Amino acid sequence: MDNESLLNLAPMIGAEQIALLERLSNACGISGDEGEVRTIILEQVKPTVDEVRVDALGNVLAVRKARKETRLRLMVAAHMDEIGLILVEEEEGGLYRFEKIGGIDNRTLVGKMVLVGKDHLPGVIGARPIHLQEEGDDERAIPIDSLKIDLGPGGKAKVGDRVAFATRFQNLGVSLMGKALDNRLGVAALIELLKHPLEYADLCAAFTVQEELGGARGARVAAHAFNPNAAFALDCTPANDLPSWDGSENVTYNTRLDAGAAVYVADRGTLSDPRLVQHVLDTASAAGIFCQVRQPGGGSTDAASIHRVRAGIPSLSISTPGRYLHTPVSIVRLADWQSTLALVYLSLQRLTPDVLGQPR
Amino acid sequence: MKTLIEKLTQAFGPSGYEKEVRQVALDAIKDHVDEWRIDALGNLIARKGTKARDGARIMLSAHIDEIGIIATHIDEKGFVRFTNIGGVRPDNCIAGRVRFLNGARGVIGVERLEPRDKVPSLENLFVDVGATSRADCPVKVGEVAGFERPFLELGTRLVSKAMDDRIAAAILVETLKNLTSSPHELYFVFSTQEEVGLRGATTAAYGIDPEIGISVDVTATGDTPKSSKMEVGLGKGAAIKVRDGGMLSDPRLVQAMIDAAERVSLPYQLEVLEGGTTDARAMQISRSGMPAGCVSIPCRYLHSPSEMVDYQDVQGAVSLLVELLSQPIRLG
Amino acid sequence: MSEITPFLKKLLTLPGLSAYEDPVREAIATEWRPLVDELSVSRVGSLHGVRRGRGTWEGKRPGILIATHMDAIGLMVTGVVDGLLRVTEVGGVDPRVLPYQPVTIHGRRDLPGVIVQPPESLLPSNTRGKPVRLQHLLVDTGLLPEEVHELVRVGDLISFATQPVELAGETLAGHTLDNRASVAALTICLQELKRTAHPWDVWAVATVQEEETYAGGYTSPVDIHPDLAIAVDVTFAKGPGVSDYRGFPLGKGFTVGYGANVHTAMFTALKDLADEMDLPNHVEVMPNQSGTDAYPMQVVEEGIPTAIIGIPLRYMHTPVETVSLKDINRVGRLLAEFISRLDDHFMEKICWDGK
Repeated sequence: MDNESLLNLAPMIGAEQIALLERLSNACGISGDEGEVRTIILEQVKPTVDEVRVDALGNVLAVRKARKETRLRLMVAAHMDEIGLILVEEEEGGLYRFEKIGGIDNRTLVGKMVLVGKDHLPGVIGARPIHLQEEGDDERAIPIDSLKIDLGPGGKAKVGDRVAFATRFQNLGVSLMGKALDNRLGVAALIELLKHPLEYADLCAAFTVQEELGGARGARVAAHAFNPNAAFALDCTPANDLPSWDGSENVTYNTRLDAGAAVYVADRGTLSDPRLVQHVLDTASAAGIFCQVRQPGGGSTDAASIHRVRAGIPSLSISTPGRYLHTPVSIVRLADWQSTLALVYLSLQRLTPDVLGQPR
Repeated sequence: MKTLIEKLTQAFGPSGYEKEVRQVALDAIKDHVDEWRIDALGNLIARKGTKARDGARIMLSAHIDEIGIIATHIDEKGFVRFTNIGGVRPDNCIAGRVRFLNGARGVIGVERLEPRDKVPSLENLFVDVGATSRADCPVKVGEVAGFERPFLELGTRLVSKAMDDRIAAAILVETLKNLTSSPHELYFVFSTQEEVGLRGATTAAYGIDPEIGISVDVTATGDTPKSSKMEVGLGKGAAIKVRDGGMLSDPRLVQAMIDAAERVSLPYQLEVLEGGTTDARAMQISRSGMPAGCVSIPCRYLHSPSEMVDYQDVQGAVSLLVELLSQPIRLG
Repeated sequence: MSEITPFLKKLLTLPGLSAYEDPVREAIATEWRPLVDELSVSRVGSLHGVRRGRGTWEGKRPGILIATHMDAIGLMVTGVVDGLLRVTEVGGVDPRVLPYQPVTIHGRRDLPGVIVQPPESLLPSNTRGKPVRLQHLLVDTGLLPEEVHELVRVGDLISFATQPVELAGETLAGHTLDNRASVAALTICLQELKRTAHPWDVWAVATVQEEETYAGGYTSPVDIHPDLAIAVDVTFAKGPGVSDYRGFPLGKGFTVGYGANVHTAMFTALKDLADEMDLPNHVEVMPNQSGTDAYPMQVVEEGIPTAIIGIPLRYMHTPVETVSLKDINRVGRLLAEFISRLDDHFMEKICWDGK
């Protein structure tokens, strides 16, 4: 099969998929409180899958059986939780203290609008006016315990309410901008994959919880339950491809926008299965899909726990590069998302027991 | 024009003591203007043309003062301690030469500093005028000096002390000479005391009461090794100021300048300067206010005795002003 | 919610950075046109609306000028690098509130974008963990570098794009409530005056460039020659980051300024009237310069007796400034009542050291 005809088999991102991503991005699903996102996922996958259930941790586990014959069980995990905040103490006059959930830089919190609790009450995180700053204030990051969420005088919420950034999704043409694109991009892509059954493999889809808390605990129980022959983590990874302050060469970009899906060889949590790495890169070249190898280094994904489940599961992560992940707003390229979806789909479709039968 | 630039830049004229340089400017313009006067702060104000129906009363300002020093104390050994007139940087002073208004010359020395790489302050500096005692020192407390440094041509680059802002004075002279017809009543102001707070332009603007104000001044560049990040560079054309540290140019006037440059296919650059300001700030808020803007000449090593401009930018500024002032200025 | 809310929200969605106030000025002019006898625009762009007094006077009818600045703080493009924008500030901006704020870039067309903080590895090594300086922040439009170079150039303006939101307790949060909140208060005053006879001329002025040079405050009084002038501006509300005497409770009344920028007799007249009307208020001590348009207006030409009314506001100069609609309404009512009581004897009260 030539490049073009192979690529033609892959699912495409269109207006419908972007509209779904918009809903997912605007939904609030802070780690441990993923209900809103889960509801959308269940509504989307129920009509197409053969089996679906919600497990003890809140993961959504769905199976789409092979179209012809089941020769492999292949798992794809996409985490549905996002970073955010949680109210920890009520002060007077509609002011609340809060803590962070997931990896957030304190310097990104000041002056933001937020949505509090299930009713999405609007609130703001204010700061001392520049006019009243003391000498040297601008040299110090504002400590989190001096920041408050302000609901307005008399505003009421509950301690324990999760707080999401109020950023609204925007389609910028070549780019998409919104909160929680890490990892609603993966969630939306996995929903799309379930609409396209594989020929000779069951697709075991895990929409996982609690990835941002570390330990990938949602993925761990999901992998145990599915017990697949191989697994892919479908996630987002930072594109730190900005210019450096002094114009020197940027050698720590991690990934770059416009360079396609990011294939992991190694991160802090996983050494990817080399057979899968080779298979995915071969698939990309056979189909003419542009992709990049993510700079080996820090970070981790659901693969970190999946590959260590039971007797071990060959695992690999494929991510869409995104700028400004773990901040109130991130930017991704549509073309990179499309590349990720196509590469994952064709890699799954072309994966045979032979590939996994080679010695690692 | 280069001869004029050399004469203007080499003339003496620290803020408040602009007589010598003003005379150079006056000699250059007096046969080309309709009338001229010198106001109470020493500004040279020359009118050219009268206002046609679609014209305006416009003030153009180039300051003729320069930074300098003033003696604060003469010590027993005859060394002269001094303070600044305008934005003098101590690190640009060391081993420099100065000339006092009374003709005395000297070199600037520095105390031994601990640690050795400490950046000196003005208090660490002194002028050595060749005296051996307070008694034989030719300089008295309160006497004013300017920096000395000869004029230099390096290809298309011109270098001198006081390029800020004598280069603009030269540009005003050339502009008024080249301007053959204009619907405007134009006031060419060679302003004083800019370096100490736009004082000359403040009173000149009040006296003239113009409808539009344009200053011509130098601006910084971002084109030298590890310089501040600024898009303006030498040789890329005159700069049209959008903002500086002290004012925002009137956007209508910015557009009029861009239009003028594009009408005659002149290269130009847009300037956003972080810090510093010009006579345009004073004009903008004079009386009931006026649209004000600035044509800038990119200049390296500002407030040093070796300020560098590009001659093509200088000629570009003249062409830009001539085109701008030849036509009615529509402010929308 | 207050009747003024829709107008105020509209003002908050319009750009109008210092020196580029046209969009917001047009919206204010539309609102004021039915409320005033004449509208004009000064040479630097301030909006002047006058309601002529009904009194009969020998000589010139006296006039009062109420100034509310309409300009906004924001950013300006200083360079384009790899499709990302370097910026500087317009007005006083704390760089610490900027990372990840949504913005609109006013390029060849309006572009959405976001202010971003580059990864630590791309910043100077001695600034790790510290607030990132404005010169190192960038703006990302999500467009490809070629498009950015075509659409954006040095000097283009950038506005905050945060949409206003109503919070509990009749408060509104958003950017540029400094000082569009006061423009709303002045509009309420003009609406009230429509139903009241007033002997004096009233000049409602929306000034320009208060955040930069006070260009409007210095110049409008030269055109208008008022006998009295009041600057209405926001002041600090108590809340996170503000606990000392400089802050006033949010929603518990406006402030009446007291200090060298204020004529003592004007202070007394406004304070007494507020108390008489049972409008909650606080004395705001201004030890030095007031940071309002009263500062320039006081010294225009032969000098003008000035006063300052403040509307408490939280998180000043951030995109989540928060203000009470009740306080805005109270200021509107106070101004209208003050103006309607100005008569041919009022100037006799404006004297120093009693009489």
